[in-house]
Amino acid sequence: MMSSSFSVFRAGISFVMMCIFYTSAVDSPELSPQKFFSTLQPGKATLVYFCQAESPRTSMFLEELNEAAKPLQDYGISVAKVNCVTEETSRYCGSEKDMMKAYLFRGNIALREFPTDTLFDVDAIVAHVLFALLFNEVKYITTLGDLQNIENALKGKGNIAFAYVRAIGTPEHRAVMEAAFVYGTTHQFVLTTEIALLESIGPEDIEYPHLYFFHCKPVLDLTQPCRRILMKQSLTTLNIHQFIKTMEAPLLTEVTEDPRQVSTVHVQLGLPLVFIVGQQATYEADRTTAEWVAWRLLGKAGVLLLLRDSLEVDIPEDTNVIVRRAEEEAQMEFLALNHIDLIVFHVESTMYIEEMGKYEDMEDLNIGIQDDEVEETVYRDRKRQLPLELTVELTEETFHATVTASDSIVLFYAGWQAVSMAFLQSYIDVAIKLKGTSTMLLARVNCADWSHVCTKQNVTEFPVVKMYKEGQNPVSYTGMLGTEDLLKFIQLNRISCPVNITSVQEAEEYLHGELYKDLISYSSMSVLGLFSPTMTRAKEEFTEAGSYLKGYVTTGIYSEEDVLRLSSKYTVPLPALLLARHKEGKIESIPLVNVHVQDIVQIITNASLETFPEITVENLPIYLRLQKPLLILFSDGGIDLQHEKTILMLAKKKYLDSLTPCWLNLKKTPVGRGVLQAYFGTLPPLPLLVVVNLHSGGHVFAFPSDQAITEQNLLLWLKKLEAGLESHIKVLPAKEWKPPLPAYDFLSMMDAAASEHLTRKDPECIKETDVQEGDKEQPDDKSAITEESTGTLKMKHSSRSSWFEEAKKLLRHDNKEL
Amino acid sequence: MVRGLTPVVCRRMGLSAAAPLWGAPGLLLTIALLLALSLHPAQTWAPVHRDYCVLGAGPAGLQMAYFLQRAGRDYMVFERAPGPGSFFMRYPRHRKLISINKRYTGKTNAEFNLRHDWNSLLSHDPRLLFRHYSDAYYPDASDMVRYLSDFAERLGLHVLYNTTIAHVTLNKDRRAWNGHYFILTDHRGQAYQCSVLLVATGLPVPNQVDFPGSEYVDGYESVSVDPKDFVGQNVLILGRGNSAFETAENIFSVTNFIHMLSRSRVRLSWATHYVGDLRAINNGLLDTYQLKSLDGLLESDLTDLAIVKDHQGKFHITLKLFMEAGNQSSDAIPLPQDDNDNFAMRVAYDRVIRCLGWKFDFSIFSKSLRLSSGSELSKKYPLVRASYESKGSRGLFILGTASHSVDYRKSAGGFIHGFRYTVRAVHRLLEQRHHGVAWPSTEHPITHLASAIIRRINEASGLYQMFSVLADVVLLKENATIFEYLEEFPMQMLAQLETITGRRARHGLFVINMEYGRNYSGPDKDVFFSDRSVGHMEDAWLSNFLHPVIYYYRHLPTEQEVRFRPAGWPLPRPSALHHVVEDFLTDWTAPVGHILPLRRFLENCLDTDLRGFYAESCFLFALTHQKLPPFCQQGYLRTQGLVGTESLRQHGVESGLLWDSAIMGQRQGASEQQPGNHRPGGHPLAPGPPVSPFNSNKEEL
Repeated sequence: MMSSSFSVFRAGISFVMMCIFYTSAVDSPELSPQKFFSTLQPGKATLVYFCQAESPRTSMFLEELNEAAKPLQDYGISVAKVNCVTEETSRYCGSEKDMMKAYLFRGNIALREFPTDTLFDVDAIVAHVLFALLFNEVKYITTLGDLQNIENALKGKGNIAFAYVRAIGTPEHRAVMEAAFVYGTTHQFVLTTEIALLESIGPEDIEYPHLYFFHCKPVLDLTQPCRRILMKQSLTTLNIHQFIKTMEAPLLTEVTEDPRQVSTVHVQLGLPLVFIVGQQATYEADRTTAEWVAWRLLGKAGVLLLLRDSLEVDIPEDTNVIVRRAEEEAQMEFLALNHIDLIVFHVESTMYIEEMGKYEDMEDLNIGIQDDEVEETVYRDRKRQLPLELTVELTEETFHATVTASDSIVLFYAGWQAVSMAFLQSYIDVAIKLKGTSTMLLARVNCADWSHVCTKQNVTEFPVVKMYKEGQNPVSYTGMLGTEDLLKFIQLNRISCPVNITSVQEAEEYLHGELYKDLISYSSMSVLGLFSPTMTRAKEEFTEAGSYLKGYVTTGIYSEEDVLRLSSKYTVPLPALLLARHKEGKIESIPLVNVHVQDIVQIITNASLETFPEITVENLPIYLRLQKPLLILFSDGGIDLQHEKTILMLAKKKYLDSLTPCWLNLKKTPVGRGVLQAYFGTLPPLPLLVVVNLHSGGHVFAFPSDQAITEQNLLLWLKKLEAGLESHIKVLPAKEWKPPLPAYDFLSMMDAAASEHLTRKDPECIKETDVQEGDKEQPDDKSAITEESTGTLKMKHSSRSSWFEEAKKLLRHDNKEL
Repeated sequence: MVRGLTPVVCRRMGLSAAAPLWGAPGLLLTIALLLALSLHPAQTWAPVHRDYCVLGAGPAGLQMAYFLQRAGRDYMVFERAPGPGSFFMRYPRHRKLISINKRYTGKTNAEFNLRHDWNSLLSHDPRLLFRHYSDAYYPDASDMVRYLSDFAERLGLHVLYNTTIAHVTLNKDRRAWNGHYFILTDHRGQAYQCSVLLVATGLPVPNQVDFPGSEYVDGYESVSVDPKDFVGQNVLILGRGNSAFETAENIFSVTNFIHMLSRSRVRLSWATHYVGDLRAINNGLLDTYQLKSLDGLLESDLTDLAIVKDHQGKFHITLKLFMEAGNQSSDAIPLPQDDNDNFAMRVAYDRVIRCLGWKFDFSIFSKSLRLSSGSELSKKYPLVRASYESKGSRGLFILGTASHSVDYRKSAGGFIHGFRYTVRAVHRLLEQRHHGVAWPSTEHPITHLASAIIRRINEASGLYQMFSVLADVVLLKENATIFEYLEEFPMQMLAQLETITGRRARHGLFVINMEYGRNYSGPDKDVFFSDRSVGHMEDAWLSNFLHPVIYYYRHLPTEQEVRFRPAGWPLPRPSALHHVVEDFLTDWTAPVGHILPLRRFLENCLDTDLRGFYAESCFLFALTHQKLPPFCQQGYLRTQGLVGTESLRQHGVESGLLWDSAIMGQRQGASEQQPGNHRPGGHPLAPGPPVSPFNSNKEEL
C-alpha cells in the first residue's frame, strides 16, 4: 500500500524515474569523476560518494549505501559512487583525510555534503537525504515559540503534522521523512528533537517518539488553539500513513444506508466503525453528540451518524450506538450506552484487546469473573451453617487460659481468607469425628477478629494449626490440610513419641500392632529403636527424631537390660531400628551406625515409602520427592493381583530402581481419569501401564495395550524405553503458569484521563458551549459549571477581603488632597 | 489530639520560662547564675552519658521511651514539670479534647480499633488503652494527664522530672555514633552527653502578632474561660483555628456578638480531611454567622491591623497605616469608618482575644545544631527529613507535634494518633542504624501475598492514620517466590530503604499506601457531590474516600525519582499501580470486588498465576504438566495441599471450575478436550493464554 502511495510524482523536484544505467538497485556503478558529471541531469537528485581507496570502513559504508539505493530510487533519487583514484581528480574528491564524504546533487548543483559517519545505516541515509531535499516541506524547530508561530500562521489554512524524534537519522526519523515525502504538500510537517518541546505539549512518556496532528484548518478564530491528536502507534511509515489518512477523513459522515454495507477509509485501514443512532426529531443534538464522539475517537475509529427514521433496516429499540469491527465476519454490536465516555471506552478497550491479540478465542474475557476455585467454592458455600460449636472459639481473653489448661489443637484462620475457610470445614469434620472421644481440645481463633492473639503466636499467614501440650513448645502441623491427615496427626499425638517400651513382651506387642490397635489404621508402620541402657547419646538423637516425626509415624524406644534378646531375635547389632509394617506383617531391622537426628528421620521417612504403592491425591507429593519417572498402572478399581506380583517381582530384581512404580485406582482417585484423558485424549481401556517422566522432558510412554503385562514383556519394553527405541505418546506442556487474565491497567486509565484533560482543555472550549446548548445531558458541562461557580466564589471571596485595600486607597487619596 | 493547630505534645513550660531569662540580661540573670553556681557547685561534674536522650515527657516522648525501654536501650527522658503531659494540665483551656475516644466499633480486632482511638499510645498492655480512662467521645484533658502518668508509671519508663534542659550544644567526637555528642545542660548545670537526641517538646510558644495595640489583646493561654465574664459584650477573636472556635463556642451564647478575624478563610476538616482544621464540634459559630445571628467571620492580614483604646476602654479597629501618621491621642486616630461609613468592623469591641496557635521553641538549641525552621507554610516547625531526622545534625530527631512539618495539613503526624506510629518508625530506624537490628519483617511464600496485603489494609491502624506518610513495603526475593513484608515505612524515604531497614530490595517491591482521591480534599471542595462514591472495581482509581493504593516498582526508586515525582503523587511513577475500590464500611474483603482485582494486579506484576487450588487439581497438574502453579508448588508439593470437603467439591463442579469425573466419564472417547486446557464450564484452569505483564505491554507499545 505504501509503495504505491510513494510512487506519486511530486512537484518541486522533478525526478526521473527511469532506470539509468548506473542506478542499479544492486550495485552502484563506479565512475570516474568526469564521466559522472557528464551523466548528471538537470533537476534530478543524486547521492554521490567520492571514494579514494577501499578500506574496511569504506566497505561497510558502501554496503549500507548499496542497500539504500533501492528505497532512494523509489523517491527518484539516484545513488552513485565515484572513484577518485583513476586519472584526473575532482574538487569533491578532497584530500585523503576527508575521503569519507558523500554529496547530494540536484542536477549538477551540490546541495549538501554528508560526512559518511552521519550516514551510518540505511535508515540514516534515507532520512538525511529526504530531510535535505524536503527542506521547505519539513520545518525543523527547537522552541515552543517556533511551533506556535507555525500554528498561528496555518490557522484556517492548513493542518500540521508535528513529530518528535529522538535523533536525526533514526528509523522513526526516516518514517517521518517518508511520510513527509507523500503528504508534505498537503500538510505542514514540523520536526523537533527537543524533549523540552514535547514536554510542554503533553504528559506522555517522552522516551518514545511522538507524532501529533494539529487540526488548524478548521480554526477560524485566531485566539483558539488547534486541536491536537496524538498518534498512539509507534512511528513507522505505515502507521503514519494510516494515521494521516484517518486525520484527513471527514470527521463525521451521515449515512442512510444499511450499516452493514457502509464502507469508509476506516474499514480499509482496519479500524472499527461507530454508528451513532439518532432520529430526525433530535437531529441537531444527535449531530453534536456524534461530533463529540468523533473527536474523541479520531484516529481510532470512523464515526457515522445514522438516523433511525431514514432507514429501512430494523435497529433494536433501545440501541443508540452500533459498532462494526473491521473484520469481515465480525458481528455488529448493538449497544445502549448513555455516556460518551462509555462509547469511547467500549471502542478503545476492545481495540486494546485486539492489539494484544491474545484473547481471540475467549469471547467472555471478563476480569471480574472469579477463576479461583477455592475462592469460588467457599463463596458459594457461604450460607451453609457449620456446626462451629463443636470447636471452642478462643479470644484475646480466653486464649492463654485455654491452651495452658488442657492439651489443645488450635486452628488460626481468617474469616475473609478462602483457603482457611475451606480448611475450617475439614477442621469441623475432624471435630465431628472426634466428638466425645478425644482428650484433645479442638479450638479456633479467627485472626480477623483477634489479630493480636495470632501475631503473639507468631501466626502471620493462614491457615495455621498448632498443637499446645502442657510443658511443651507448641508444634505446628505441617501435613495436608484435610480431615484425614489432621485426624491422623491428632490420633498419633495421643501417645508420646517415642513411646517408652518397658518389657520385651510389650515390645513384641508394639511391633505386632497389638499395643496401640486403634492407631494402626493411622500409621501403617511402627518404629522401635533398640539401645543398650548406656547408649545415652544415640538414645537422645533417636528421641529427638521421634518427636520430630510425632503425629506422622509411631515410634517407640526400648533400652532395658534385656534389649539383647530383641537384638539377637531380629539379628541386628545395637543400636538398631525395627520397622514393623503392619499391612504386610513384616518386621525389618536396620542397624544404626553413628547416625544423627536428620539421618534417623531420613531412614524412617524412606522406610515408610512402599515399593509399589497405590498413588493417591494425598501421597503423590511424597513419591514425587524421589525425583524419578513414575511407572503408573491405571486400574479401574482394585489392582489385578497378577499385575501386582509382576511388578513387585521386577522391583525385587532391581529392574525398577530408576523408576517409582505405583498404581492408581480410578474408583478411589477419580481425577486419574483426567490424567488419562490428558495423556490419550480419550479414556483408553484399562488396566494400562504408563511411564511418566515428569522431571526431565515430560515424556509420557504407554505400554502397548495389545501386550499382556508380564514380567518379560514389561522388562523388554522398559529396556527399549531406556534405549530410546520407544516413542512417546505425549509431551507434557512445560508452560509457565502465567496470569490467567490481565488486570485493570489503572496507570493507563489515569494517563488517558490526564492527556484528555490536557488536549481538551482549550481546543474544545467552543465545542463545549455548543454542546451545552444542544444537549443538557452532556457529561462535561458539569465540570464547566463547577469551574464557573468556583470562579465566582473566588471573586466574592476577594471582594470581601479587600476592604483593607480600599481603606488604604482612600487614605492615599486623602493625603493627596491634603 | 488537641484542637487543630494546637500542639499535642507536652508543653515544655520550662523552656518557655527560660526564654525571657536568656533574653533579658541584667541583674536577674546574674543573680540566677550566681545562685545556681553557689548552690550547685556540681556543675563541673563529668557529664552523664546516655545513648538516647528524650526531651519532653509528653505523649511522643513517652511513646519513644516505651520503645527504647522494650528494646533494652540506655535512655533517659527529661521533663521540666513534676509529671508527664504538663501541656494537658493547662490546655486546651476549655478542657475538651477533640481527639476521638471511640469505644465501640462493633469489632474486637485491637489493631483495627486503634483506627478509631485517637488518644492511646502504643504498648503491649491492653489496660493502657484510653477507653479505660474516659467514657467521653471527646474526653476531658485531665483524663489525658492521668493516662500519661499511668503510662509512664506502669511501664516503668525512665523519666527525670523537674529537670529543665536549658541549653543543648554539639560536641564533636570521632568515637560518637554520629561523629558528635549532644551536650544537654539542665537548670542545675548538670550536663548530659547523648549519642542520639530525640526532641519531643511540642509547640510550647504561643504565636503572637505584633501590631499597634496588641498589648490590649487577651491571649488564649490566659483569657477567662468563664462565660459570665463575657455577658453582653462585643468580642473580637483573632485566629481561625480550633482554639479560636473553641473559645467562641464557650461564650457565643452570652455575648452580643463575636467577630472572628484571620488572614485565611476557614478550613473545615470534613472538607480538607485534615484533623487539624476546624472540626465540626467547634463550629457552632459558623451556623450563627450564616444564619444572620450577628456573629461573623472576616478575612484580613493581621499585620495590617491596629487597635485603639478609647476613653471608655472600648477597642476600635484601625490600620497600622493610620497610626504611623504620628503620635496622636487615641481619639484623634483616624478610623476606617471615617471615610467608609459601612466599614464592617466599625463597632467598638469590649474584648479582643488572640487564638493564633503555637510554635516550636528554638531558643535552647545552640547554633551548632543547625536546627532551622521550615518553609513559610510550616514556619512554626523545625525542618526535618521524612525520616524525622534534622537536616542540620545527624542523630537529632524531632518527634511528636513538632515533627508535623513532614505532613502538615496532610496527614495526622502532628497528633497522638499519627505520631505514635512515626515514633515507632524512628525507633525502628535507630535499631537498625545503631544496633544492627533490621526493620522487623515477616517472610512468606508468594501465594500468601494477596492475603498479607488484605490483612493489613483491613486492620492496620498506622497505614490508616498516617495515610500517604507511612506505607507498608513488600520486598520480593529472587524469582519472586518469596516476599518479605515490612510495616509502616516512611514512604518519602523509599530510596534509602535498604540503609534504613537493613533489608535488600533487589528484585522489585510493592508499596501499600492509603490515599484519598486526587482533588477530593480541600477547603473549597464540595465533598458531598452526588457522584462522590465509586462502586465498580474498574473505576477504583477514581475512588474519593480513603482507600488502599498499591505501587509496584521493578527497581527501588532513586532519591532523584522520589524528589522529582509527578505533582500530586505521593511516590514516583510506578511500573504498575492498583487501587482497591473505596468501601463504605472500610471493609476490603469482598472476594470479587476487592480480592480478585488485587490478585490479578499482583499476578500481572509478577507474571505468574496466584490462584488457589485444591489438592485434587494440583494432583492433576502434577501428572499432566511439567510445571505447577505456585500454590501447588508451595502447598501441595510440600504435602500441605488443601484437600477440601465434599460439599465444597460439589460447588466446584457446579461452578465449572473443578474437575468433574461424571462429565469426564460421559464424554469418554468422544471428546478431544484436554482437561488441562478447557474445562467443562468453559473457564481456563491450566496455564491460561500467555498474558503480557504490565512491563512487556509498555515496551511493545
